[in-house]
Amino acid sequence: MLQMTVARRKMLWAYIFLAIPIVFFAVIRIYPAFFAFAMSLFDYNPLAIDQPYVGFDNYQTLLAEMNKPRSVTRAAFVNTAGYIVLGMPLQLLIALAIALMLNEIRSFATLFRLAFFLPFVTSTIAISWVFRWLYQPQFGLFNVLLKAFELPQQPFLNNPKQALASILAVVVWQGLGFAVVIFLAGLKHIPRVYYEAARVDGATRWQTFRNITLPLLNPSIVYLVVLQSISFLRMFAPVLAMTDQGDGGPLNSTTTVVLRVYREAFQRLNMGYAAALTVVLFCIILLVTIFQLRVTTRRTN
Amino acid sequence: MNKVRLMLMLVGLLALSGAALADGHVVEIEYWQYNFGVRVDAMNALIEQFHEANPDVRVLHNSEFPYANFRDELAASAPAGVGPDVVTLFYGWIPAFVDAGYLVPLPAEDFPEEWIESHFSPMVANSKFEGSYWAVPTAVRSLALFWNKDIFEAAGLDPETPPATLDEFVDIAIATTTYDGDAEIMNITQQGYAPQLSGQAHHWFREVLLRQYGGVPYNEDNTEVLFNSPEGCEAFAWLASFETEHKTGSNDLFNGATESFLTGTAALHIDGSFRLGAIAKDYPDLNFGVAELPVGPNGERSTFGSYWTHGITRRAAADEARMEAATRFLQFITTAEAGALWVDMVGELPAQLESIGDPELQADPRLGAFTAGLEYAHATFFVDEAQQRQHLIDAFDLIRLGGMDACDALAEGAALEQALLDDFWAGRG
Repeated sequence: MLQMTVARRKMLWAYIFLAIPIVFFAVIRIYPAFFAFAMSLFDYNPLAIDQPYVGFDNYQTLLAEMNKPRSVTRAAFVNTAGYIVLGMPLQLLIALAIALMLNEIRSFATLFRLAFFLPFVTSTIAISWVFRWLYQPQFGLFNVLLKAFELPQQPFLNNPKQALASILAVVVWQGLGFAVVIFLAGLKHIPRVYYEAARVDGATRWQTFRNITLPLLNPSIVYLVVLQSISFLRMFAPVLAMTDQGDGGPLNSTTTVVLRVYREAFQRLNMGYAAALTVVLFCIILLVTIFQLRVTTRRTN
Repeated sequence: MNKVRLMLMLVGLLALSGAALADGHVVEIEYWQYNFGVRVDAMNALIEQFHEANPDVRVLHNSEFPYANFRDELAASAPAGVGPDVVTLFYGWIPAFVDAGYLVPLPAEDFPEEWIESHFSPMVANSKFEGSYWAVPTAVRSLALFWNKDIFEAAGLDPETPPATLDEFVDIAIATTTYDGDAEIMNITQQGYAPQLSGQAHHWFREVLLRQYGGVPYNEDNTEVLFNSPEGCEAFAWLASFETEHKTGSNDLFNGATESFLTGTAALHIDGSFRLGAIAKDYPDLNFGVAELPVGPNGERSTFGSYWTHGITRRAAADEARMEAATRFLQFITTAEAGALWVDMVGELPAQLESIGDPELQADPRLGAFTAGLEYAHATFFVDEAQQRQHLIDAFDLIRLGGMDACDALAEGAALEQALLDDFWAGRG
């Protein structure tokens, strides 16, 4: 002990300090996650003394709910799939287009980047409420504009056919800044010489994009696909803030799995079932992530 | 003379508290409710009186929870082994809390059944569950009709004559609606009546309109859903017609029907007595009146009654001294006098019939309509209030947004509700 060198002692202290967040992580994040797995096997009501063990009953209920045409659980999974399938590609496509354009400009570049990044660092709840007002059927800006151009007014959030798309648009727009920044960083890493060589060879703009930009952006794309997919699978706050009473309506058209988890756990105190939902969501996120990593990292040369 | 009496009283008090302290018998109990300013003040006043009369008990008043988190806080406190000895819950939550074993039955010798039933508003019987009373309230609420006198006047109607029947209600709603262009929902500039199922309209349907059309919401022992009857269809279609047929308003407009009435863009509104306080505070200029709900086609009166009610928890029951103190405290906060203090400070109606009979209260131009309603109010037996409300919200949306027939929509809601009831009662078996 006493013979420890200065370097070793430094290292020891570094470990001690680093251990604190690890312990915190284990106790506050990992342990409850495993506890949720256990909880899903119980009829868990925190108000009760006894939490009876029910085996896979909660999962059976979940399965039965999935087979009912108008069940809220089923709606939650279908909508969540909708958010990710529509939202993720749309967001990445728009972000890539913006990043390519931002990469071209020289004057006011910072100002433009700021404009796209600002929504990302703004509070989701604040943005959701602002859009709730913008979507308002009578005085909302969107309907006022439609009216001004003598176009029919739209119910947006109040109609089950339009509500999901209305919320999705806000989420896509808000998350755009993050994807743009990642793409921009990726673009900056592509050596200029490749483009110069392509020009010498007489490649068209599309060929350049297709054969140089896209393949070399692959690490950024993989990173964003995985990260944004997870964030769409975890959709919660915008739906809570933008729907009437935060119920994911109208007619369950916007509700998500995480919103259901929240409602089941903290409104109905049906924690076993809520835990079962989180376990299923966890498995889906895991599978989707593994699948995406496999598929998108295939070609790297 | 007075000074001497005061001195004697003080000495007596000191001796009492001294004796209690010497015995180490000051029992500390906790009382919890959610944070609603005037209710917190009223309870503080009652606790102060209670402490004076009962120096051997100290009540800790914990009301630092917003309404939305109150149940979460109770749920979080229970596994931690802390929490209230006496707790104030919405009456509709009682079955769920009984089901969880959170509440204990009120001690029968201190709260005899006959005494509760002869002294309290009849809707309090709703807290009787599986043969016992689990909670008793200080105050109760009912629904009544609010109308905007300025809008009535502008539409050429007598501002002092609210609709007395359902037919008149429809006529006035149509007469007071104004549009910018065609008579379409989107063109409405002033609403006659906008049904808000997420507000009070689901109660109005379940306990008022349905009964006035000759139906009942559930069977006697609350195991079977009966609102999807032909009478129910008719009543529900009547309610939906404001949006689908008469086009007098929608909850989608003006940031919700309640807000619309408060800001003076709706003529008619169904709401509870608790709204009076909010109007007085935030919309003092609103020129409105309050009347009893319109009568049904056969002249039948009904209203929806509800209340926040106080129960004793299993935590108190685990300790004899705490249980005794909790019982005494509960008795103290549910007297007729407590109810009278409550109506003055909170604006909710007293739960004991003795105070409801107060002629001053009955003659009150605004509280009078609610007070009159207490005689014929029905309280719904809820196993899961939020979920049961959602069933009717969705059924209503199926009509107005999905174009579904009222009967089919109601049948869907009834099926979901029946499954919920079955599930609840299966767990009790």
